[in-house]
Amino acid sequence: MRYLPLTAADRRAMLDEIGVASVDDLYRDVPAAARLPGPIPGLPGHLGELEVERALAAMAAKNVPAGSVPCFLGGGAYRHHVPATVDHLVQRGEFLTSYTPYQPEISQGTLQYLFEFQTQVGLLTGMEVANASMYDGATACAEAVAMANRVTKRHKAVLSGNLHPHYRDTTATLARFTGFEIAAGEPAPNGRESLADRIDAATSCVVVQSPDVFGHVHDLTALAAACQAKGALLIAVVTEAVSLGLLTPPGHMGADIVAAEGQSLGNALNFGGPYLGLFAAKEKYIRQMPGRLVGQTTDADGRRGWVLTLSTREQHIRREKATSNICTNSGLCALAFTIHLTLLGEAGFTGLARLNHAKAVQLAEKLGDLAGVKILNDSFFNEFTLRLPRRAGKVVNKLAKRGILGGVPAARLFPDADGMSDLLLVAATECTTEADMDALARGLAELL
Amino acid sequence: MSMIKFTKDHEWIRVEGHIGVVGITDYAQHALGDIVFVELPEVGKEVTRGSDAAVVESVKAASEVYAPVDGEVTEINVALADEPALVNASPLDRGWFFKMRIANLIELDALMDEAEYQSYLEGLA
Repeated sequence: MRYLPLTAADRRAMLDEIGVASVDDLYRDVPAAARLPGPIPGLPGHLGELEVERALAAMAAKNVPAGSVPCFLGGGAYRHHVPATVDHLVQRGEFLTSYTPYQPEISQGTLQYLFEFQTQVGLLTGMEVANASMYDGATACAEAVAMANRVTKRHKAVLSGNLHPHYRDTTATLARFTGFEIAAGEPAPNGRESLADRIDAATSCVVVQSPDVFGHVHDLTALAAACQAKGALLIAVVTEAVSLGLLTPPGHMGADIVAAEGQSLGNALNFGGPYLGLFAAKEKYIRQMPGRLVGQTTDADGRRGWVLTLSTREQHIRREKATSNICTNSGLCALAFTIHLTLLGEAGFTGLARLNHAKAVQLAEKLGDLAGVKILNDSFFNEFTLRLPRRAGKVVNKLAKRGILGGVPAARLFPDADGMSDLLLVAATECTTEADMDALARGLAELL
Repeated sequence: MSMIKFTKDHEWIRVEGHIGVVGITDYAQHALGDIVFVELPEVGKEVTRGSDAAVVESVKAASEVYAPVDGEVTEINVALADEPALVNASPLDRGWFFKMRIANLIELDALMDEAEYQSYLEGLA
């Protein structure tokens, strides 16, 4: 399709047709003070393709790509190695059916991979049912709370202070516009908080993350029992899907709903999105689940096939009473996740998780020896929290000037909380080399 | 002795004393098709006339079932959890949804009797 800009004559004809003197007249209802009197200041005029490419390439060169330097960033987004096979396979024609596979007869490729995706998510989280994905971990978390409210017919969600603050904020946004209450705790960098004491008769759910935002790993068994005793649901959040290859799945610890971020598998950092929300629950709550569900069936000839199922929960049928307004899953990200996990296999995935943890242990040994540096974690998967003898934000900026992405300052995640300024989150993955670790340790030793 | 009344939304209520048994009509089950799930209210729930009391889901649609009159839910048909198709097979008998204590019997006067409901259905055709 060609793009043909309007001529002045085209505009005139359109304005005459609707009886308006000028384009500006269309904006008369916008107060003058809110209108821009002319072009946006500082925005350059149009350029030719070559000039645009040159300008954008120069702008892009100001970035420090995570893959080009020693990178210890985490905090909910993790740099992992994505095999080239993944990118190649996601582009195959079998998967390029329409993104909403209402018509199973033309969408078997899409439906089959979504069914396998759901199966993988169910196995990883230890849950009975999983949906065909959500936008990202944060929206999955918010939807999990909304679902718990529907199941329990209660309206107060208790949030762990060590839930990733972006997840907390996304949930709070949904709460503000759909009218439920959020009781969010204060962040506890040492990983110790008492959630069971905060459950009361109005509590619909407790939302807890493991590994939490500071990296601590939690046994959720006792909390699950406390929730059950008071009729609340336990929502377990996982921001690093690779941890599920090594840690006990939340479902085996009694979680009712699991909301997780799947970016780590198959998907690059992508400047923060698109990401991949994983959502799984106990089967008895399936009719209250948000999102699409793909089911396996047989066709008229008895052959195995796949269809969208339980669609009556969804907005195209249930309208304003739908269990969510999410019909679009992150299809391409889910496909990449499924292909990556399939390529790894069970043993490969467990091996990847072990490697991540081993790298983080090695990093902790190197950094824990530095004078003035204290590791706050008794337990961690591939990310942990350091207390530095000076402000972490400044240290990270100085490391960046040396070509090291040194981690995420806790104060960036919790700008309003006390006691965060000297805390630094550092993550290691299979991509982290010993030379990277030595570079960070050397940089910190010189700067502290 | 009992009497049966009907709503324009195709619920029926069979009244004995102050207790009403509520379900959906044969016309409703036929229009919905194969029923696969029924979501029932909690016992003790206060309902008002026209408010959502239950949800009935078929292979092609999900619909609300409204309370025909004000009152309190006293019993639910637990058999529907395992066998929702009872609503198709026996809409006026074994496929009942819930029982309720009726707050004001006078409200029943606003509903249709069997003959009125039949002519209402003919008007829809």
